[in-house]
Amino acid sequence: MRLISRQNDLMGRRGLVIIGFAAALSGALAACSPAPKPASNAAPAGKAGSTLATVQKHGYVSCGASQANAGFSLPDDKGYWRGLDIDMCRAVAAAVLGDQDKARFVPLTGQQRLTALQTGEIDLLPRTTTWTMARDANGVNFTFPNYYDYTGFMVRASTGATKPADIKGASVCVQTGSITEVIFADVSWRQKLDLKPVIFDNVSATRQAFFSGRCDALITDASSLYSVRATQSKNPDDYVIFAANDEANPLTPAVRHGDDQWFDIVKWVFQAQITAEYLGITSANVDEMLKSEDPAIRRLLGVEAGYGKALGLREDWAYQIIKQVGNYGEVYDRNVGKDSKLKIERGLNRLQRDGGLMVPLPFS
Amino acid sequence: MVWWRDQKFRAIALQLLAASAFIGLILWLTGNTAANLAKRGLTVGFDFLGRAARFPISESILSYSPTDHFWWAYTVGLGNTLFITVIVALTATVLGLMLAILRREDNPLAQGAGTTYVEFFRNTPLVVQLLFWYALVTVGLPSIDAPLNPLPGVYLTERGLYLPALSLNGLDMPVRAKFNFEGGLNLSPEFVAMYLGLSLYAAAFIGEIIRGGLEAVAKGQTEAALALGLAPKQALNLVLIPQALRIIIPPMTSQYINILKNSTLALVVGYPDISFVTATTINQTGQALEGIFILMLVFFTISIATSVAMNLYNARVALKVR
Repeated sequence: MRLISRQNDLMGRRGLVIIGFAAALSGALAACSPAPKPASNAAPAGKAGSTLATVQKHGYVSCGASQANAGFSLPDDKGYWRGLDIDMCRAVAAAVLGDQDKARFVPLTGQQRLTALQTGEIDLLPRTTTWTMARDANGVNFTFPNYYDYTGFMVRASTGATKPADIKGASVCVQTGSITEVIFADVSWRQKLDLKPVIFDNVSATRQAFFSGRCDALITDASSLYSVRATQSKNPDDYVIFAANDEANPLTPAVRHGDDQWFDIVKWVFQAQITAEYLGITSANVDEMLKSEDPAIRRLLGVEAGYGKALGLREDWAYQIIKQVGNYGEVYDRNVGKDSKLKIERGLNRLQRDGGLMVPLPFS
Repeated sequence: MVWWRDQKFRAIALQLLAASAFIGLILWLTGNTAANLAKRGLTVGFDFLGRAARFPISESILSYSPTDHFWWAYTVGLGNTLFITVIVALTATVLGLMLAILRREDNPLAQGAGTTYVEFFRNTPLVVQLLFWYALVTVGLPSIDAPLNPLPGVYLTERGLYLPALSLNGLDMPVRAKFNFEGGLNLSPEFVAMYLGLSLYAAAFIGEIIRGGLEAVAKGQTEAALALGLAPKQALNLVLIPQALRIIIPPMTSQYINILKNSTLALVVGYPDISFVTATTINQTGQALEGIFILMLVFFTISIATSVAMNLYNARVALKVR
């Protein structure tokens, strides 16, 4: 019974969309492109004073970035920002402004990042920021984790250490202004490891101190450890990385309190990338997919109108994300996964279907 | 006379006007801040001081564990700040006195050495000097696996200085464990850089203040004292120094307060002073306004206290005009 009624519903909508679709086709785009296009491309203006309106007025999305975190956010040798977190911001730019390059990046220290978001200096903070209650309750809203990380120790392989209990009494380089600090203290205190913290204010000083021998171990997000090992060590095999505890660390892009529409947009920009991977839509086949009969694909790509408008965006918002930035799997592989220098396993970051924690929410 | 031309009335009216403008500005700022905080959903208050701090502090004079409260973390940071300020002030004063004497010597070599020192340390930024000392310890000294061992129980390594410590059971010698030396006294590179950097920098200024004070006493005073039959040492202690102190003390107060304030540069070399604790607290709790407020209050209080103490001392040595 239920299945039938749902199908009827879909059929009804499809009828409407075909009319809209035909109208769009016969319009401006009819001249050259035989491929179907998403329904409507008029960008609704955001309400005055909202983050969306500000972004539209400026013509770019302003995002917080790391100072140097290969794989997550780092300018390449031509000065073009690349990384998993950078692509999160580019996806928002593609969805809101139709161009992934209409994004600007503000490098922030761990200490500056939350204040920069709260004061409006940036519109979005996708900067390996762990979702914690204290932060959530204090002026920011966390969207969806775009990377599940864990806290790890990196030590010299010559020490033979493979777990925290092996480094009792060691000096550990810690960066201040991060949740790592708290995890470090907890691990040391709980397991009675008597670890000696050497605390630094900035990322590069912390890493340099570790490699120069000031510390026996470096503690931070495992993702950063992989990135540091791949890019800054003379011989990556000289170092081992192991987990400091058994907790997952959800790195989550955050937005300011008080703008629900912007909050929704960022959440669904990420969901569009997850769902695209789930549905098998990639940047390479997205144009092909526009012709798909699958209602889920048609809804996501905006062939069926209405979903973009609900968010205050163009109907082709998700199409633009996938076309320009790619689905989540592509973004992962390119920046931190198998096609990158870091080669971090997908692990917890696989789709839920494949045994990970990335759950596509219903796109309806 | 017309009432608005009355000088007394004008003075009072102007004062009132200025005061109300100032109070209005403060009220406006407060209201604006409160409104902005509310708009961004930030909570205000000092409740967080009673919560467990949970972050580590690498070294401290007072004992600290991450299970302690934020207020205790502040106190521990303050303890470190006061400790470094006091030992730097003492060291810099002694060094400064030596510099002043050196520069007043007739020997050109001694004079030249003093002048070179002062010009070098006074004319380079303190931050650069701190980073230099820090790099000297962490890069210049050998690794912990091959430490310099000039005396038994004394090890110089890139992880700082390990010295024997006095304890109830006699000497406590540092012993090499798997990762570090255990026991004994460890002066971390962060502490060494702060202590050396601040002391040597402040000594250059203090030396000049003392020299200036001594030179400012008219030459005739010393000559008169000697002519009266006082020994040179008596002339110095009874005539020269009492008069010089009057000139030396006010700028010395500024120098001591400067040392205190410069100690906040500990942030660049990672020595956990009170500003370091404040920065970490703000990041962990998001209570930026409260954190900065406490920091300002603490520095204000110590500076004022230093000022008052030095003024009292100054009053004691001041010229008594009867």
